[in-house]
Amino acid sequence: MPSAHDRGGLPSREPIDQTSHEWADWEHLVNAMMGVLRRHGLINVDELRRGIEAMTPAEYESSSYYERWSASIEHILVEKGVLSTEEITAATREIDAEWG
Amino acid sequence: MSDDHTHPGLQHDVPLPGRAKRAVAIHRLLVSKSIVGPDEVRETIDRAGRRTPADGARVVARAWTDPAFKTRLMDDPRSAVFELGYRLSRDAGLAVVENTDRVHHLVVCTLCSCYPTAMLGQPPDWYKSFAYRQRAVVEPRAVMREFGLHLDEDVAVRVVDSTADLRYLVLPRRPNGSEGMPEAELAELVTRDSMIGVGQARNPA
Repeated sequence: MPSAHDRGGLPSREPIDQTSHEWADWEHLVNAMMGVLRRHGLINVDELRRGIEAMTPAEYESSSYYERWSASIEHILVEKGVLSTEEITAATREIDAEWG
Repeated sequence: MSDDHTHPGLQHDVPLPGRAKRAVAIHRLLVSKSIVGPDEVRETIDRAGRRTPADGARVVARAWTDPAFKTRLMDDPRSAVFELGYRLSRDAGLAVVENTDRVHHLVVCTLCSCYPTAMLGQPPDWYKSFAYRQRAVVEPRAVMREFGLHLDEDVAVRVVDSTADLRYLVLPRRPNGSEGMPEAELAELVTRDSMIGVGQARNPA
């Protein structure tokens, strides 16, 4: 069975939704952060894709485009030992506390 | 907040999805550990916003008016667009496919969302949608009809599937009645959708 990212030819009768959403600031952030990480040699495009493709089908299909990127960036940075899951979780809690 | 400039993506008043918050947290950590500079992400956002389909349109209009340029564009897109001041990232190749009255190309990325952003800016949401990625390779004519493009049955359709290593730019057909128009006006006829293949260039007014 193909992985969840391999969409070509999967049956669909869904019309193409041609509306575009305005990017939220965090989506700009994720897109740009990936570019910065790439330039620093910390994550390349193939690694980004590997992280996305490693998501379970349920996770992949329920996530928005940049949620997938966020998941992959975290996966690869943790795998490389650049950051740890624990410190990302702690920093996320700080943000929660600051923002309420 | 005092450090807003270092953390674009903060929207205190809007509830963020968990993955969004974790991305903001990752950015905060990368900056606090000096792994990335405090302004790098902001600068990258600003730079990305400057790329639009008008860039691709300039390339197409030049190809329509300058046959020697068109030949170079088809043979070696990277060098040809560099002549117009566009420097493509070394990570990904660019291929230009030409639409004619005999053959029409439609671009998709079934695996993700690969797209010639250096020429067209960010892809539209529908390009990343499951419906487009799934259907474009199975029923391209039906997909194109949804975009209002009705091709004659005797026009062959070729669907090209992008990868992280190779992205496609469609060179649309030059519209009838555009003979003698200056390059800058021609560029205004070139739509984003015509460079993806879900549309044609506009007819001159």
